[in-house]
Amino acid sequence: MDKVIEIENLSFSYPDGQKVLHNVNLSIGHGETVALIGPNGAGKSTLLLHLNGILRSNGTVRILGMSLEDRNLKWVRSKVGLVFQNPDDQLFSPTVFDDVAFGPINMGYPADEVRKRVAQALEWVGMKGYEGRSPHHLSVGEKKRVAIATILSMSTEILVIDEPTANLDPRGKWELIELLKGLPVTKIVASHDLEMVEALCERTIVLDEGTVVADDSTQSIMSNTSLLESHGLATIRVKHQAPG
Amino acid sequence: MKHSFLDRYSDLGSFVHRLDPRTKLIITFAFILAVVLTPPLRWQAFALYFAVIASLILISRVPPLYVLKRSLVIVPFVLMIVIFNMFLKPGDIVAGFNIWHWQVSITDEGLLFSWNVLIKAWLSVLSLILLSSTTEFSELLKGLEQLRMPRVMVMILSFMYRYIFLLVDEVIRMKQARDSRNFGGKRMWQLKTIGNMVGTLFLRSYERGERVYGAMVARGFDGRTRTLSNLRLSRQDLYFGVGFLLCLSLISATTFIYI
Repeated sequence: MDKVIEIENLSFSYPDGQKVLHNVNLSIGHGETVALIGPNGAGKSTLLLHLNGILRSNGTVRILGMSLEDRNLKWVRSKVGLVFQNPDDQLFSPTVFDDVAFGPINMGYPADEVRKRVAQALEWVGMKGYEGRSPHHLSVGEKKRVAIATILSMSTEILVIDEPTANLDPRGKWELIELLKGLPVTKIVASHDLEMVEALCERTIVLDEGTVVADDSTQSIMSNTSLLESHGLATIRVKHQAPG
Repeated sequence: MKHSFLDRYSDLGSFVHRLDPRTKLIITFAFILAVVLTPPLRWQAFALYFAVIASLILISRVPPLYVLKRSLVIVPFVLMIVIFNMFLKPGDIVAGFNIWHWQVSITDEGLLFSWNVLIKAWLSVLSLILLSSTTEFSELLKGLEQLRMPRVMVMILSFMYRYIFLLVDEVIRMKQARDSRNFGGKRMWQLKTIGNMVGTLFLRSYERGERVYGAMVARGFDGRTRTLSNLRLSRQDLYFGVGFLLCLSLISATTFIYI
């Protein structure tokens, strides 16, 4: 299988010295749908930000065989689409159209092509007819869909999504899962929503305290209750005690 | 949370709404310029300006009462200027009062000045309200961009429009969280809490700014802004624009003929 993402010995600490990622090694093949799970503060989002070079540190990140460097950042970003967790961060333009068109325009497509891509991306996520709306007046589920459309319009080969189901009600969540299932690209989904992971991803990577602690098929990870429990991903039955 | 739009009523479909935002921006600017340059004693000119703007408001089908109410926003600013100048401008005394043991008097120069400020500010703000309630904010931004307003300014305005409501939501949530915990106590303590809230709001906005920038960079943003424009000047824009400007110059010309 072709490797679309290869990460070798990636470590990252914040300016204050706090270590977030520690010697991460990963490789992801073409067409895979991979879940990245882990408790809060495990470093999931930080890892995702390395995939298109928004964060850089020592260690190698290779996208489609090319090592991530200053001079190919633009190219990398046209290959790896990153959907942020909070759609209010992702959607910053006055109208839905402007937002979905932002990527394609920056990639230098001519106006007709941009319009075509916007129309198609919005149709894909079921948000046709919302072009002129202001993102502020959309529901959370609609915002998430538009946020995904902003990346689809760039037709990237790799789709990276941070917490796609956060803040969604069950119906919105399942609609989104169906939508993601239908997208024919390599997907990396960071989440701690195990229900979604089981429904969507065939492979799961468990990240805790900045290191990869497990990397296996979703099925075998989900059946490993002690692994999930020890990394705060499953409910541990606790004896209830009265406070005080 | 839902908020009323900054550009409320901008989704109506009147003749004024259908004009190109560029036409509207230009005529609004011309209107304000003409109003400001009119000598304060030419009340006929002001009456005509008012007639023009009032008829446009009627044509646009924006409720006049709404326009009137919104135009009151100028009151605090104008009042400050007016009150001081009414009493402090030297000139012939029109009326005098004794307040406690101060002698206060209004001068004719002061009155003229106040009238000048009041009528010009009011007419200008009426035209701006008409502009903002007949043009969607995003269209307005496109218009500004096409009229060669610096891109950075247009972007700042666009971010303001996008995030102002989110900030308001955040403030409301912080207030709710504060009040749920029985906010009260000494005045100093209250002030300190409010200070902390302002600080938190700043930090959150700052961090949001970083995340938004990340989202922009992830989609190929390199410091240059590019947008697609779908504005088109129609024949109506031409007729209306030229007609309006002619009308304005006629009104302002009369003021010089009579002097």
